[in-house]
Amino acid sequence: MRRHGPFLTMALYLGLLLLAGCHGNQAALNSKGIQAARIERLWWLMFSIILGVYVIVLAWAGTAVFRARTHRSENEIPPQVDPIADQRMTRVVGVAIGATVVLIFVMLTSSVVTGHAIANLASKNPVTIDVIGHQWWWEVHYEATQADQTVITANEIHIPVGQPVVIKTASQDVIHSFWAPNLHGKRDLIPGYQNALWIEADEEGTFRGQCAEFCGHQHAHMGFFVVAESPEKFQAWLAHQVSTPPPPSDPIAKHGEEVFLSHPCVMCHTIRGSGAGAKLGPDLTHIASRMTIAAATLPNTRGNLAGWILDSQSIKPGNKMPPNPLKSDDLNALLTYLETLQ
Amino acid sequence: MTPLEQSGTATAVETSRLEKLERIWRDPSGFWGWFTHVNHRSIGKRYMVTAFAFFLAGGVLAALMRIQLARPENHFLSPDLYNQIFTVHGSTMMFLFAVPMMFEALAVYLVPLMVGNRNICFPRLNAYSYYVYLVGGLLLYSGLFTNTGPDVGWFAYVPLSGPDFTPGKRADIWAQMITFTELSALAVAVEVVITAFKMRAPGMSLNRIPIFVWGMVIVAFMVIFAMPAVMLSSTMLLMDRTVNTHFFNQAEGGDPILYQHLFWFFGHPEVYIIFIPGTAIVSTIISTFSRRRIFGYTAILLAMVATAFVGFGLWVHHMFATGLPQMGQSFFTAASLMVVIATGTQVFCWLVTLWTGKVILKPPMLFALAFFFVFIMGGLTGVLMASVPVDLQIHDTFFIVAHFHYVLIGGAVFPLFGALYYWMPKITGRLLNEAAGKWHFWLFFIGFNMTFFPMHILGLRGMPRRVYTYPTSMPWGNLNFLATLGVVLMTAAVLIFIANFFWHLKRGEIAGNNPWGASTLEWATTSPPPVYNFAELPTVNGRDALWDALPNQPIVEGLEEDCRQVLMTKVMDADPDCRHEFPGPSPVPILAAIATSIFFISTIFTAKLFFPTIILVGITLLIWYWPKRQPSLRRKEREIWEQ
Repeated sequence: MRRHGPFLTMALYLGLLLLAGCHGNQAALNSKGIQAARIERLWWLMFSIILGVYVIVLAWAGTAVFRARTHRSENEIPPQVDPIADQRMTRVVGVAIGATVVLIFVMLTSSVVTGHAIANLASKNPVTIDVIGHQWWWEVHYEATQADQTVITANEIHIPVGQPVVIKTASQDVIHSFWAPNLHGKRDLIPGYQNALWIEADEEGTFRGQCAEFCGHQHAHMGFFVVAESPEKFQAWLAHQVSTPPPPSDPIAKHGEEVFLSHPCVMCHTIRGSGAGAKLGPDLTHIASRMTIAAATLPNTRGNLAGWILDSQSIKPGNKMPPNPLKSDDLNALLTYLETLQ
Repeated sequence: MTPLEQSGTATAVETSRLEKLERIWRDPSGFWGWFTHVNHRSIGKRYMVTAFAFFLAGGVLAALMRIQLARPENHFLSPDLYNQIFTVHGSTMMFLFAVPMMFEALAVYLVPLMVGNRNICFPRLNAYSYYVYLVGGLLLYSGLFTNTGPDVGWFAYVPLSGPDFTPGKRADIWAQMITFTELSALAVAVEVVITAFKMRAPGMSLNRIPIFVWGMVIVAFMVIFAMPAVMLSSTMLLMDRTVNTHFFNQAEGGDPILYQHLFWFFGHPEVYIIFIPGTAIVSTIISTFSRRRIFGYTAILLAMVATAFVGFGLWVHHMFATGLPQMGQSFFTAASLMVVIATGTQVFCWLVTLWTGKVILKPPMLFALAFFFVFIMGGLTGVLMASVPVDLQIHDTFFIVAHFHYVLIGGAVFPLFGALYYWMPKITGRLLNEAAGKWHFWLFFIGFNMTFFPMHILGLRGMPRRVYTYPTSMPWGNLNFLATLGVVLMTAAVLIFIANFFWHLKRGEIAGNNPWGASTLEWATTSPPPVYNFAELPTVNGRDALWDALPNQPIVEGLEEDCRQVLMTKVMDADPDCRHEFPGPSPVPILAAIATSIFFISTIFTAKLFFPTIILVGITLLIWYWPKRQPSLRRKEREIWEQ
């Protein structure tokens, strides 16, 4: 056990590593986009090189210890000196260093080439999306030539499959980092700097992403979803998001709108068509069409929404939304109203 | 035994001389005497004990974090507390454990012994550096215990750590803790450089300095160049927070990226400051326990120098995700990869040393060999980080957490435990228990891998760093649970070590001068050495001082023995240069340290106290530097007078 222990553990580990990471909708080695695929290829190249080196070095060390091991005590063995053997070994070390240099050049070249390839995608007319980081949610704008065609949503990014998308990042407060590993690596959102990131999804699917730069209290609950769908579905979604939802017709929802407008909600949120236009919190114009609330923290269900409105601090302590102790019929009406905002 | 080794044994004729030496070099005992110590071994032991205590504190914080992360959506720690804990854990391990232990404690204790002299140079500065470090550490923990622990990460990126997003005193405490610890590291760096260059035993020319001492000198130079950058950035941060400067305020023309450049210009060399002592320890232990001189002395030395140089040219690989220009990033990829050549050279030299030697598997050697398994894995995963595209995926994920724990625990903690087993006889005079040492080793080794290996996979599966919890829906729960289990084994291992330590104080085998048959000068004196280190100052005849010693290796004679006189030698060939008198015990260092602490801590709260407190520091420095006539001069004058 003593001698073989490390090697068995190592073999086990490496086996695990080979199998790992290859699944999940937030995994770097499960690429669903051209950029992530290029990075994944580079990863496997570099991984096999370092794995090879690791195995060789450990085998060398293991053999060395095994063959040179002695049970005599220190003072019984005079210091060993064999200049001829040392000279021979100098050549061995020279060759080993030479091989290291060659491997480094392979990795350097491939990494620079990949770096160039993922920097941008050639496209004249990409879909342009602004992503603005907030503590602790994502504001998403779809740019349009006319101001009133701009779509503003939050924590959910829809993109068409097979089309290049450029994501322009900015931050409203501290540094965040945009990361949807199935599509691409990270890009920091730095106040005062605008960065751009190109992505393109190969297939339909819902991919999760998360803030990757520590941004305070609720860094852990700052997720988002990227929904890759066919261009037709994407256009339909976009058109729907542009539209202003119709004013509520049934009396309960109408009461809900009044609750929204007469309570602190209106101080931070926008619902187009209702008169609420504050920009501190996420735009709620089409809240009911989203899959999750609170930056991918909870599924968007009536119960979760109720809990969130009443006491968001117990769900996501430290977030910027105050508790709203509503009477139960007010709350019900508000929820019904929000559910109409498809 | 060579005559050199015998020199530690007193003969009857010499007894009175040794008693005299003892009287001259002994620091006062008693409670008040404790604060006047200037002996390098006394200060070195304090550094070791304090740094180890901080290691335990940091370990407890780590265990708390692992309990919180053991299962998804856990409510063991609140996000506020978790953020304080991970910040204080990182800051403790980097600033209060790793650098003070790997550099300050080991260098202060061992370098004067290894170059064969009686004390470290600037002994009062040395004492001062310890008190400053201690206050810095206590400041951080008093913050944590009063719920003002910093919560912005050990890197404290602006604007999150700036006045707008972290009101209160949390970030200020962090920034001043940096100033304290870096000041003490800088002081020790200066001492180490001068001690190694000017106070070596005659005959120890530059090409005969033990690799361990070279390692410490190289680290000292790195400290001198790296630490000012972080002192600057933390002071600028403090000024942004207390006197409304706008260095990092982007709205007023400041730049948050500037902070990152300054921080990582220090932060990356910091890692090398931590593991170069580790490699120096490994070189020493491997040489001793392979029963041969180290293969490729010059190559190892140049590799360490190269690592230190290149270490200053690759900080940007911490910032690839900020979107800097591509050409520039490629430069930093190349620089980061170059480190592999230097480290590889060292590894190959060790492998050859093992291959052509006779290997004895005592606990120090086990820890040195674990270094191969652990540190090399960390180094190789580090290669992935050098590549911009791959880094964009693994940056700030648990993969990085795994990587740098493999590098830092592999490169520092494993060698440190090896060093403690190896050098403990020179500290306490007794050997640590070998069987307990093996238990300690295997439990720590298995527990370490259990905790940190799964984190590679977690990172690849998308788990970001510094999250206080994670959703149940993500496939991260089992591996996190496994990681937490590993902590149990590591805790057991460290407890065994502590028990072993207390056991050996009373019952450990008496070591004798040179229990390992090692080659460096510290083994030429008794274990533990007398307060004057060497009864006769040794001379050196080769790279491995004890192995190369002549049968009648000469000793140094002619030093005054009624004052703290030491021999200074020339930089290149260590030819005797002059005799120099060192100051004796003094309360000035602690007074200056108290004044400095008042100065630093007051600036956390108000800028108004800046001038009054700096004047206070000035007064203590005036006392410190007040011209004194040296005792030997006084004595000579008295003799002339009496004649």
